[in-house]
Amino acid sequence: MIDMSVVDLSRWQFALTAMYHFLFVPLTLGLSFMLAVMESVYVMTGRQIWRDMTKFWGTLFGVNFAMGVATGIVMEFQFGMNWAYYSHYVGDIFGAPLAIEGLMAFFLEATLVGLFFFGWDRMSKLGHLAVTWLVALGSNLSALWILIANGWMQNPVGAEFNPATQRMEVVDFAAVLFNPVAQAKFVHTVSAGYVTAAVFVLGVSAYYLLRKKNVGFARRSFAVAAAFGLASSLSVVVLGDESGYTLTDNQRMKLAALEAMWETEPAPAGLALFAIPDVENRVNRYEIKIPWVLGLIATRSVDQPVTGILELVAIAESRIENGIAADTALQVLRTDPNNAEAREAFELHKRDLGYAHLLRRYVDDPADATPQQIQQAAWDTVPNVTLLFWAFRFMAGLGFFFVGLFAVAFFMASIRSCSFKPLLWAAVLAIPLPWIAAEFGWVLAEMGRQPWIIDGVLPTFLGVSSLDRNTVLVSLVGFVLIYSTLFIIEMGLMLRLIKAGPYAHDGHGAGAAPLAPGAAVPAE
Amino acid sequence: MDLPLDYETLRIIWWGLLGIILIGFAVTDGFDMGVGALLPFVARTDAEKRVTITTIGPVWEGNQVWLVLGGGAIFAAFPLVYAVSFSGFYLAMFATLFALILRPVAFKYRSKRNDPRWRAMWDWALFIGGFVPALIFGVAVGNALQGVPFRFDDTLRMTYEGNFWGLLNPFALLCGLTSVAMLVMHGAAWLGLKADDPVRSRARGIGMIAALLSLVLFALGGIWIMQSGMGYVINGAIAPNTPANPHLYDVSLQAGGWLANYSVYPWMIAAPAIGLLGAALAFVGLWLRSEPVAFTGSSLSAAGIIASVGASMYPFILPSSLDPGSSLTAWSASSSHLTLFIMLIVTVVFLPIVLAYTAWAFKVMWGRVTAEDINRDPHAVY
Repeated sequence: MIDMSVVDLSRWQFALTAMYHFLFVPLTLGLSFMLAVMESVYVMTGRQIWRDMTKFWGTLFGVNFAMGVATGIVMEFQFGMNWAYYSHYVGDIFGAPLAIEGLMAFFLEATLVGLFFFGWDRMSKLGHLAVTWLVALGSNLSALWILIANGWMQNPVGAEFNPATQRMEVVDFAAVLFNPVAQAKFVHTVSAGYVTAAVFVLGVSAYYLLRKKNVGFARRSFAVAAAFGLASSLSVVVLGDESGYTLTDNQRMKLAALEAMWETEPAPAGLALFAIPDVENRVNRYEIKIPWVLGLIATRSVDQPVTGILELVAIAESRIENGIAADTALQVLRTDPNNAEAREAFELHKRDLGYAHLLRRYVDDPADATPQQIQQAAWDTVPNVTLLFWAFRFMAGLGFFFVGLFAVAFFMASIRSCSFKPLLWAAVLAIPLPWIAAEFGWVLAEMGRQPWIIDGVLPTFLGVSSLDRNTVLVSLVGFVLIYSTLFIIEMGLMLRLIKAGPYAHDGHGAGAAPLAPGAAVPAE
Repeated sequence: MDLPLDYETLRIIWWGLLGIILIGFAVTDGFDMGVGALLPFVARTDAEKRVTITTIGPVWEGNQVWLVLGGGAIFAAFPLVYAVSFSGFYLAMFATLFALILRPVAFKYRSKRNDPRWRAMWDWALFIGGFVPALIFGVAVGNALQGVPFRFDDTLRMTYEGNFWGLLNPFALLCGLTSVAMLVMHGAAWLGLKADDPVRSRARGIGMIAALLSLVLFALGGIWIMQSGMGYVINGAIAPNTPANPHLYDVSLQAGGWLANYSVYPWMIAAPAIGLLGAALAFVGLWLRSEPVAFTGSSLSAAGIIASVGASMYPFILPSSLDPGSSLTAWSASSSHLTLFIMLIVTVVFLPIVLAYTAWAFKVMWGRVTAEDINRDPHAVY
């Protein structure tokens, strides 16, 4: 049986390295587009200040991008290192988007980013502008393929289990590609990236305006960020709602859990604005509800109920029983692939095979499971309700806050009055918030998927590699140490460059070189 | 399923593509790693270090994607190889990742501050980021050649019975040193093309030694394989379209197994020949101060050495020393027919595009990096 401590350590390692990677990704996604917009203005108007803006924000982009690349390499190999059985079980489907990401997106982004930094004097203005746009396109395409992979973990369409190879295999690649969950996640995630970059540029510009430094530079940057941010924060909220539209039992479970909705909610379902979930007794205390809203989000209707946790657990229990039949037939097929009876039983129940795997935590052979173990496994399908309930509320609350912040900032920028101090302070203080919202979003998406690594197909604990605990502990501690060190260095450098500002070198526009080594920093 | 290419053909094509991606990685990112490993030895002053780093500054990031693509392609085309090798070589992989994490950051951050200690710290990071992966990749190949101690249960869950120190056996270390010598030779040839004196002439001296070492160590590895009779073989005929499941193939240890392909397909001898002649050409090119010749030679040598490993092992990718029946081959470890086909279409469309803009990027950044450039041009990033 699987060593659960290895599972826990592997999960911690993956969660920490993935969440750390995502500290850098959103800024890359958004800032690359903002750089392209700024450089476009430069090319169209020929005004030097827009070139300075592109170069200064480009320097900060570079500091962030390097960390994104460094931590991204780890992600590419971690599935094989810590999740070997998962890699075998779904590699036929999951590997493809990762490989395509490298070929179609990351190559483009990484090859051209070198020209973005080094090619200013070696290319025509238009040539360099094209490079900047392609870097933005590459990074966003990269997100598309990664989210197609992740979307498949949430909603595994277009694949079937093949008893001959003991794994899931693609039967319909178009279904994997056009997976509605993946599409919804993509637009939500890249919009969140645009919000992050907009808040970053807005906040840093506000800091200059408060200090009355680099005012012309900061006002223009502020205006770009306000416009870009207003559009993207609206998109992140509206399209985020698309992620709530539910398709499968387990996603219904995720929705029920993030709402802490124990009983099925009759149509039209209300949305809990506040409650204290009492997990032990399976009820909520101090609940405040807004009528109708959840029904609209989850079912796109006013006449369908939203299924509650208790009912979904009952469904899981019957699926486990079907799954046991599939697993028993599969065991016969392993030794006797031509057994017609077993083949028929397997085909009948194979949709629920994954549910039988839930029992492997308690018994070696699911067929030996007692009714209590089956019930326990059915309750395992409920994710951490309290965590999801609050992660969702923090994320969504911050989303609405960003809409408000950018609405005010956009208004102030359009009446050319960027000196309203409370707004500037709010913009500076808001800088960390989009990262917090994005991390809450990932906690919601991935903790909400538990206990599954592939929704309804493979439980997380079964996906793990056969490693011993100390080995994983060594790498976990190693990652924490190197990532913490790099984080301190990165933040220090970022703050240094921001403080020095765009004209640290020579104090005026032409030839200002924030990129010049040593120039960004006053003599030490 | 009716696909225009049959399963066997696709498996062979993907086995070949994996080799091409690895060669792409060695020929491009290989010189970045070589330059990283050479940094403390070819550059003394800060200006020399910046010249050295700036020769690879604009291109290393794109080059490294060959490694990322390699990871993705193994995952997509041979999922069992991806699963077994990276979890089996867990701590070695971790050490590699640790070194590779340092590299992007070091490039970007080093010259952003004047503090000499800050710069010295990142110079070390660049050295580690070049040397450590070069060594470990070679060690990994050396272990793959000998077979790795793993086995599958009937659900294809793998258990690995070796440990980290077991990877560091004499033959694997020989392969590791070959890999380091090969990439140092390649990095030196690159510096010959792109750097100004004195970096260029120091690189020339070290590069000539590295070229000779590559030649000798690679030849030694070949002799070792011949003498030890290393190798595995698949017994019996393989029915086409046999599902990708190691339990369906009968494999055993076979003395001289790694030489068998050279008698069946004599043209495969071209691979080791190019590996040796390329290194010799690199030596001659450096000696005559004709760097384009040297760089061509070192690129050919890297391609030949990698191709030799593939040719010797074909169709094996990762044999099991513990339970030969669990060995992974181009047949037993592949993805499904449909996945291999779709991935081939994607590759056929996008790889030429990648090669085109990579060539363009190299062309834009063409020319020698001189000390004057670094001092005159305040826009130089590194």
